[in-house]
Amino acid sequence: MRALALIVRLFRGAAKIQRKRMILTVTAIAWGTVAIILLLSFGEGLKRSLQTGSRGLGENIVIIWMGETEKAYAGLPAGRPIRLVPDDVDLVLAGVPEIASAAGEMHNWNVQLVNGRTALNKRVVGVHPAYEELRTSYPRSGGRYIDELDQKLKRRVVFLGDQLAKDLFGAGDPVGKTLLVADTPFTVIGVLQKKKQMGMYGGPDADRATIPLSTFEAMFGRRYLSNLVYQPTRNALAPVAKRHLMEVLGAKYRFDPADTRALQFWDTIEDAKRLDAIMIGLQAFLGVIGALTLIIGGVGVANIMFATVTHRTREIGVQMALGARRVYITGSIVLESLALTFAGGVIGIGVGVTIVQVLAAVQAHVKSEAMEVLGTPTISIPIAVATVTLLGLIGLLAGYFPARRAVTVQPAEALRFE
Amino acid sequence: MFGNGKNGSNGGERRDGDGAIIALAGVRKVYDTGAVKVEALRKVDLSIKRNEFVAIVGPSGSGKSTLMNILGCLDTATEGSYRLRGEEVSGMSIDRLADIRNRRIGFVFQNFNLLPQLTAFENVEMPLLFKGAPAKERRERVESLLGQVGLADRMQHRPVELSGGQMQRVAIARALACEPDIILADEPTGNLDSAAGGDIIGKFEELWAKGHTLVLITHDGAIARRTRRVVRVQDGTVVDDAPAA
Ligand SMILES: Nc1ncnc2c1ncn2[C@@H]1O[C@H](COP(=O)(O)OP(=O)(O)OP(=O)(O)O)[C@@H](O)[C@H]1O
Ligand SMILES: [Mg+2]
Repeated sequence: MRALALIVRLFRGAAKIQRKRMILTVTAIAWGTVAIILLLSFGEGLKRSLQTGSRGLGENIVIIWMGETEKAYAGLPAGRPIRLVPDDVDLVLAGVPEIASAAGEMHNWNVQLVNGRTALNKRVVGVHPAYEELRTSYPRSGGRYIDELDQKLKRRVVFLGDQLAKDLFGAGDPVGKTLLVADTPFTVIGVLQKKKQMGMYGGPDADRATIPLSTFEAMFGRRYLSNLVYQPTRNALAPVAKRHLMEVLGAKYRFDPADTRALQFWDTIEDAKRLDAIMIGLQAFLGVIGALTLIIGGVGVANIMFATVTHRTREIGVQMALGARRVYITGSIVLESLALTFAGGVIGIGVGVTIVQVLAAVQAHVKSEAMEVLGTPTISIPIAVATVTLLGLIGLLAGYFPARRAVTVQPAEALRFE
Repeated sequence: MFGNGKNGSNGGERRDGDGAIIALAGVRKVYDTGAVKVEALRKVDLSIKRNEFVAIVGPSGSGKSTLMNILGCLDTATEGSYRLRGEEVSGMSIDRLADIRNRRIGFVFQNFNLLPQLTAFENVEMPLLFKGAPAKERRERVESLLGQVGLADRMQHRPVELSGGQMQRVAIARALACEPDIILADEPTGNLDSAAGGDIIGKFEELWAKGHTLVLITHDGAIARRTRRVVRVQDGTVVDDAPAA
């Protein structure tokens, strides 16, 4: 304890002499810390933004479109179109245990929607009720999504995208109101909760009207699905689910289960994995840039420590003459270096966190598309841990090398130093 | 010749035959400054017994300080053997040498070499800290030592607030902190007026009376006469070694 107090006194003595250089060094470390915190927290914000964005399409889902066979199979020629019908959803659910949930979907991209004097031509889709969960299409409070009863009774109910609801009904709540869909009166049952959606097909969910699949079939005289959405029970089982699904549908429509063209898949699970990999790469890249900035500050610390050691050569010689072991001398120098680094680090973390918070607050007010994609800069615990670890490492190294040099000279030589 | 080093280098027992505490044999020291090599010591044989009071004299540049540095384990000989209390010093680890300086040897320098940021108390305390003495022991020891050198009322003063004689007395207190056998002093009175210098030599005489072994470098013939043995160094070797006149 007393030894530590002594080191602190020596440190203060040195600090007085080298104040200017110390301030510069602490500033360099602080700047490096700010840089690394900003870069990493922007990376984290972007990552989270992209993750919620992809959740807007649906979590861990696979979407299938109809295709055309590429291989001749069981005496049938190649080039046959494969079309799925609503009943295939039950077939798949019954026949593929690895599929947890599935919904069929039909699109009509140009349907007139009329509310009083407002008329718009928009996309209308018919879906199974499971679509709500699969495609994260949750109603905002006061409304509901299409349910099994709507489907069974072919009810004329419509669920509106939030943008579309605004365009048709203005700011008021449309739930319970009547909307003419292709001249047929429908009751609005719910409005989509605002969500960030990055992946999409057939336009954003915010700008479409959704009705029960059964109602859609009857109204527009459709038989075939536009596409089918399903979710495997577990992500790891996605490939098995896909294989079994191809077998079940292949048996029904008589195509080779290995025929990659019979049905077309969009596997968002794979996409998410790829996105994660890209994000890790991006964060590593930003981290390295930040780390380099910080390391430059570290070189400054090492430099000032070399200067300090030179300046104090004689004092170190005296301490050696009085019997200081190496660890005492190197220890006090490393401690000094750590103190400088942490002083810079604390300032840097303070400034960095403040900037991040101010930016986050600004973003909450200013709405712009670019800002939305960039996301809100976020400081995560791993970022904090990485920054502090790096600071500690830099402090240690920046002290270690000058300290090692200090103890390699003979005490007699150190004592001669002017 | 008095105290030839050869006598002191027989065998590895803790005490050499004639009780030599310091035994140099064939010690050479060459400073390699890159361009030129300076042979500061050549073939020095020197043996000093327990509780001797030795003056080392000689012209400037003759190698006195170099010799003192080697005796104090502040530097290593290029060649030759140095036995301290019967133990060969060359080849000892850096930390072992640090421990020897801490426990066995006390230094007094011409320019005092006190640490300027520390108070007199803290300067004297430093060797005890390196030794790892507990706080209570340190306090008692430092207070007693500073009392002995007449600085009980200056303990919290920094070196700049002390006179030269006072600084050197702090240095003597510091040299004695870990109760070393040997006190080495390189021109301890060189920066002092004759009154303060005489006072310091008086302190050394007291220490000698208490059983310490003292070696001091001096230019001053009057001081050399107050010791018991005078070793004359010239051109890096011992040219004369006789009891003080
Ligand atoms: N570190 C060193 N590097 C190179 N040469 C040195 C070094 N130290 C001493 N010398 C040389 O070694 C010789 C002996 O020096 P030393 O300091 O031992 O003399 P000295 O007897 O103590 O002299 P003085 O009475 O002036 O203090 C001198 O020629 C000196 O220049
Ligand atoms: Mg000298």
